[in-house]
Amino acid sequence: MITHYALYKIMLLIRRFEERLLAEFGTGKLTGTTHVCIGQEADAVGVLSVIDLEDVVFSNHRCHGHFLAYGGEPYRLAAELMGKSTGLVGGRGGSQHIQWHNFYSNGIQGGITPIAAGMALAEKALRTGKIALVFIGDGTLGEGVLYESLNLASLWELPLFIVLENNHFAQTTPVEISLAGSMAGRFSAFDIPVWELESSDVLEIRSIAAKTVDFIRSSGRPGCLILHTNRFAAHSKGDDTRSPEELERIRVVDPLSIHGKRLTAEERDNAEQEVIAIIDDAFNRADSDPYPILPTEDAI
Amino acid sequence: MPTVLESLNNALHRVMENDDRVYVLGEDLLDPYGGAFKVTRGLSTKYPAHVLTTPISEAAIVGLANGMAMRGLRPVAEIMFGDFVTLIADQLVNHAAKFNWMYNRNIKVPIVVRTPMGGRRGYGPTHSQSLEKMFMGVPGLKVVAPNTLGDPGQLLESAIADDDPVLFVEHKLLYPRSLLEPGQGDLIDFKVHESGETYPNFILNIPNQVPQLTLATYGYNFELARAAVLNLLMEYEVFTEIVLFSQLSPFDLKILFESLQRTHRLLTVEEGTLSLGWGAELAARAAERVNGLMIRRVAALDLPIANTKSLEQSILPSVQDITSAALRLTERKGEVHDYI
Repeated sequence: MITHYALYKIMLLIRRFEERLLAEFGTGKLTGTTHVCIGQEADAVGVLSVIDLEDVVFSNHRCHGHFLAYGGEPYRLAAELMGKSTGLVGGRGGSQHIQWHNFYSNGIQGGITPIAAGMALAEKALRTGKIALVFIGDGTLGEGVLYESLNLASLWELPLFIVLENNHFAQTTPVEISLAGSMAGRFSAFDIPVWELESSDVLEIRSIAAKTVDFIRSSGRPGCLILHTNRFAAHSKGDDTRSPEELERIRVVDPLSIHGKRLTAEERDNAEQEVIAIIDDAFNRADSDPYPILPTEDAI
Repeated sequence: MPTVLESLNNALHRVMENDDRVYVLGEDLLDPYGGAFKVTRGLSTKYPAHVLTTPISEAAIVGLANGMAMRGLRPVAEIMFGDFVTLIADQLVNHAAKFNWMYNRNIKVPIVVRTPMGGRRGYGPTHSQSLEKMFMGVPGLKVVAPNTLGDPGQLLESAIADDDPVLFVEHKLLYPRSLLEPGQGDLIDFKVHESGETYPNFILNIPNQVPQLTLATYGYNFELARAAVLNLLMEYEVFTEIVLFSQLSPFDLKILFESLQRTHRLLTVEEGTLSLGWGAELAARAAERVNGLMIRRVAALDLPIANTKSLEQSILPSVQDITSAALRLTERKGEVHDYI
C-alpha cells in the first residue's frame, strides 16, 4: 500500500520540477517551449499509482507529470529538456516527445489515441495482461481521429484506459465555447463506460482510477476516466489570458495543500527537502552533460 | 508466370502462414469479397483472427497499425484507394516516420501501408491519383513500388520484414499483369541487371549497343516505358537504357548515375503530376552529379484527373508522350508531331 507521504512526495516532485524548469528558461539553460501541469499533479499521481510499470502509457504534450508519476527518472527528463545527449531520447525530442520503458509521448493532438488503441490490441493479442493508458485533454475532443479510435476500441474490446483531463482550456480557448454536447456522452455513445470526478484530491482520484482499471483488467474492454481539474500555469509559456482574479480562485483548490493536510508539518518539510535535493541533483548533473552531435550515418 | 495480384496475394498467405505477428487490417477485407482489389482474398478464411476488417476510418487503421507495430506485431494496413492517403498523412508523417529517430532509435515502427494508386480506369478525380510523391522525402518513411520485373510478392515480404514504416504503392493496372521473364516476350532483346538492395532497382539495356538516353521510371509506367522504348528502337533506331526503381524514397540513385555516365541524357516517366514531382528530384540530383546532363520529364498534367476517358488520356502520360520526349532529348524532334 502506497503511503500518504509517498503520494505527497511525488506530487511535490512534479510541482517543484516544473517550477524549476520554468525558472531555467529565464537562465537560458532551456529553450523552445514546454507545457507544465502545475495544478493537475493529483491526476498524474492518482492515476499512475494504480498502473503497473509494465503497462503501456501514452502521454501528450503535457507529459512531465505523467512521466515522473510513472516512475521516470528526473535527471533523464531534465537532461532531455536541456537538450543533452544523456536525455531520455538524447535531446531529439525535448519536452513533448519522450520515451522510456513502456512510456511514450508525442506532441500531436488526437493522433496518439489510435496508437494507444493499437498498443492495447497488441498486448491483448500477445496475452501479456498489460493495458494501454492514453492521456487526452478537453482540447483533444475536437479531433476526429479520437472518435475513430473510440469506435474501434469498443468494437474490438481493447484494454484501453482513456484518461481525459479536463483543465477547461485548450491553450486560451475555454471549453464552453469549443464543446457542444456532453463530455461523458462522447464515450458512452460508443458503449465505453465512464467514471467522472471533479476533484484535486489524489486519494479520490486514485480510488476512482482503481475502479476504472479494475473494470478494464477484468473485462478486457476500454474504460474512460474524466477528471475535471485546473491548470494553474499558462498553456505553454506566457500565453495565459485568464484574469488574476480567476487564477486566484482556481489556485485555492491545490492538490498539494489538500493532500498535505494528511501529513504533519515535519513530514511536509522532509518531503520538501528530499524533493529539492533530487531536483538540484537532476538539473546540476544534466547541466554538466554534453550536447549531442549528429551521428555520422545521419550526416550524409 | 503469376500476375502481380497473385504474387502479392501469395506473399500475404506465405507470411501469415509463417509469422504469427502479421496482422492485416483495412476496409472490406473479409471473404468472399477479399478487399476491393482482391489482394487479401482468402486471408480471412484461413487466418480469421489475424484479418481485421475495419469501418471507414483510415487514420485509425494506420494509427492502430502503428501502435501494434510498436508493441511487437507486424501489421499490414490496406488503404482501399491511394487517394485516401491524405487521411493517414498525420499518422505516417508525425507518428510512424518520427518515432524511431525522435526516440533516439529506441523504438521501431514496422508497419506496411499498402495502397493502390493510379488512373486509366475512369474512376475520376478522387480515385485515380498517384499521390506517392507527397510522401517521398519524408525522413523515416520508405516508399516502395512493385513492378512486373521484380517479384512483387518478395518486395512485399521485404517490406513486412523491414523495421521501418513502408508505404507500398501498387498501381491498379498492374494487378492483372503477368510478371515478366528476362529473355522472354517484351524483354527478348534486353539484358537485365538487378541491383543487390532489399528493394532491388534494375537496369535494362540492349547488349552491344550504345544507349543514347536513360529512361527512369517505376511501377506501372514501366509498362508504357517498355512500349515506348521498343517503338524508339524499331521506328527511330534510338537505343534506350531503362532504369527501373522499386524503392522510391529514400533515394539510392547509384544505378541511375552509372547509366547517365554512359548517356548524359535523362528522361523521367511517372504518373504523378509534373510539378515538384519524383522526376524533378531525380533530375536535380542527377544534374548535381553528371556534367552536361540533358533532361526531360514526362508526368501527368497539373490538373485533376478527369472521369471521361478522352480527358483522362490527355492528362496522364502516354506511350506517345514518352516517345516524343525521348526523341526531343536525342535531338530528333523534327521526326515527331510537336505536341507540347
